Amino acid sequence: MDLSAINPILLLASLMVAATPILLAAVGELVVERAGVLNLGVEGMMITGAVCGFIIAVATGSPWLGFIGAAVGGAMLSLLFGLLTQFLLSNQVATGLALTLFGLGLSALMGQGYLGIRAPAFPDWHIPFLGDIPVIGPIVFQHDPMVYVGVLIVAGVWFFLNRTRAGLILRAVGENHDAAHALGYHVRRTRMLAIMFGGACAGLGGAYLSLVRVPQWTEGMTAGAGWIALAIVVFASWKPIRLVLGAYLFGGVTVLQLNLQAAGAVFPLEIIPNTMLVGVILVILLQVLNLRRQNINYWKLLMFSILCAIISIALHGITVPFKVEYLSMSPYLATIAVLVIMSAGRAPGSLGRIFHAAR
Amino acid sequence: MIALDKRPQPSRAWSYAAPVLAVVLTMLVGGILFAALGKNPVEVIRTIFLDPLFSKNAWFYRPQLLIKGAPLVLIAVGLSFGFRAGIWNIGAEGQYIIGALCGAAVGLAFHPMESWLVFPMMIVAGAIGGGLWGLIPGILKVRFGTNEILVSLMLVYVAESLLAAMALGPLKNPEGMGFPGSRNLSQYPSAANLELISGSGMHWGVVAALIAVIFAYVLLARHIFGFQVRLAGQAPRAARFAGVNPARMILICMGLSGALAGLAGMFEVSGPAGQVTIDFNVGYGFTAIIVAFLGRLHPVGILLAGAVMALTYIGGGIAQSNLGLPAAAISLLQGMLLFFLLAVDVLTHYRVRFLNKAVA
Repeated sequence: MDLSAINPILLLASLMVAATPILLAAVGELVVERAGVLNLGVEGMMITGAVCGFIIAVATGSPWLGFIGAAVGGAMLSLLFGLLTQFLLSNQVATGLALTLFGLGLSALMGQGYLGIRAPAFPDWHIPFLGDIPVIGPIVFQHDPMVYVGVLIVAGVWFFLNRTRAGLILRAVGENHDAAHALGYHVRRTRMLAIMFGGACAGLGGAYLSLVRVPQWTEGMTAGAGWIALAIVVFASWKPIRLVLGAYLFGGVTVLQLNLQAAGAVFPLEIIPNTMLVGVILVILLQVLNLRRQNINYWKLLMFSILCAIISIALHGITVPFKVEYLSMSPYLATIAVLVIMSAGRAPGSLGRIFHAAR
Repeated sequence: MIALDKRPQPSRAWSYAAPVLAVVLTMLVGGILFAALGKNPVEVIRTIFLDPLFSKNAWFYRPQLLIKGAPLVLIAVGLSFGFRAGIWNIGAEGQYIIGALCGAAVGLAFHPMESWLVFPMMIVAGAIGGGLWGLIPGILKVRFGTNEILVSLMLVYVAESLLAAMALGPLKNPEGMGFPGSRNLSQYPSAANLELISGSGMHWGVVAALIAVIFAYVLLARHIFGFQVRLAGQAPRAARFAGVNPARMILICMGLSGALAGLAGMFEVSGPAGQVTIDFNVGYGFTAIIVAFLGRLHPVGILLAGAVMALTYIGGGIAQSNLGLPAAAISLLQGMLLFFLLAVDVLTHYRVRFLNKAVA
């Protein structure tokens, strides 16, 4: 397998860029879900943000204004979701789906005259001193500003949720809206603000795709990024710091898959049993670290790993050429795998439930 | 000040009126949107909703109603069971693709052998393929507690990649001069899903959709499973006490909706579409979600809603070619319809009360 064409430093550097849109959308959704609202419309808000940001950036020539426009666009669309779920008490799952379908149509309509245009350049920052550190510098400190904005938002959300009074109220509303209401907190107001924050973040994530990552506008360009963001929130057990881990993991899978496509590498079949072995190790690791407590039959696990090892030896040296169509499945398959391994977190108590204060 | 009081029972009258009101509201707001796009709103609305049925070219469009409506109804009927029970299969698009691939693969494997057995085998393959694809999120939910919404949706993207791989690889037409896409099944009599009555649009998929509607109606109204589905949706705790096995319910609902979506895909690939191509799927799986809700998750309602939705596809196509209406405007209109329906539905479950300032 010829992997020498892949530069590990560039790989890790582009990992951060690939993870940023998902991280931005996911951190917004995390706040929404901590407030007890399940907004499945992330994909729709993301793509609307992508087109809003693109249009404004092209019109003004400023990517920064584009990002602001994208945040406003995403928030406006989420307002629609908020109105329906909070005031007209509609089902959140159905409304979220409607938001996604609506957003996909809206964005395609808005972006009609903008196909094939390039977005204005958004130069990378070369952070002095830090950017000059060998290896770490190019990986971490030579990106465009939005990468750091994303990380800052996550840090801000962590601080807000865990260290401020308003964050405590938001969590209370999410855990038990009836109790929060009885204590005199404004359930609807809190949730509307959270929903709008989620929409703005999703918009930013979408605009990052159309202004930095691609950087062009095409219909349906988010290609499931919004749904992956939703999955990462579950993966992160609704905790902001773990969100970064999850997003970078997905960035890694995406970037690796793109690099393998470019390198025209071949796929050694022994990777399949080897991955299963890694999975076994991961399960044991999670057990030891107490992240997921479960009764495990270690005897079965041992037999399984021996079987994997035998298959691995049997398949040694047999390769299949990589095909783009199969490689492009990997981010989605990775999402499913991660959901299977990590779905032990406890969701906010009132997540997805309709709040109706009886008078 | 306006207050909402929860009705003890959902209003019957409003549950019938809400979809109609939603369609009317969509026409109104859609008209405003079209006016903003510089079109004559009355003309566009008439083109979308009336021309396919009543214009002088309607003889050409009416059969299309069945062709577009059948997959929507077939998929939506399957989805409605899960949606009633709170099991959200939103990956019907993927199950539709896999059903088409399995059906086409069986058909192509027998090419050019002529036998009446080929088509029934394709039907079975399509249903099994779609059903198994739908069971994946079901099994993962039962076994590992994963969220079926996310997994079923991720599998749509996987299925799309698989479709591309198949159209470019194993299922590619060996006599196709290197173009992507399979042999044309409609030119292979044993595997073709041809019109049953010439010029009517009536193909086996339409028959299957009608059977599914009748079957679903009987199941829902007369069978214990239908009762359990309704119970699990309305009172999950009561359902548990009544001995409804949630795991079994999830597997049946996911498998059933997957199988019906797979069937829809299979009938499409062997009939109207004719061949496996990279862009074979056109979003029926997602539109069917709107159809299911618009039809109030009831088989007969879904039949009507499927017809309305098929109308927007056909009328949208006419408006696109005759009036230059962008294709995206139609998907926007469909999304809007679901929004309005969900908004109007507040009247079904709640009673609106106007409060006096003095009292409040």
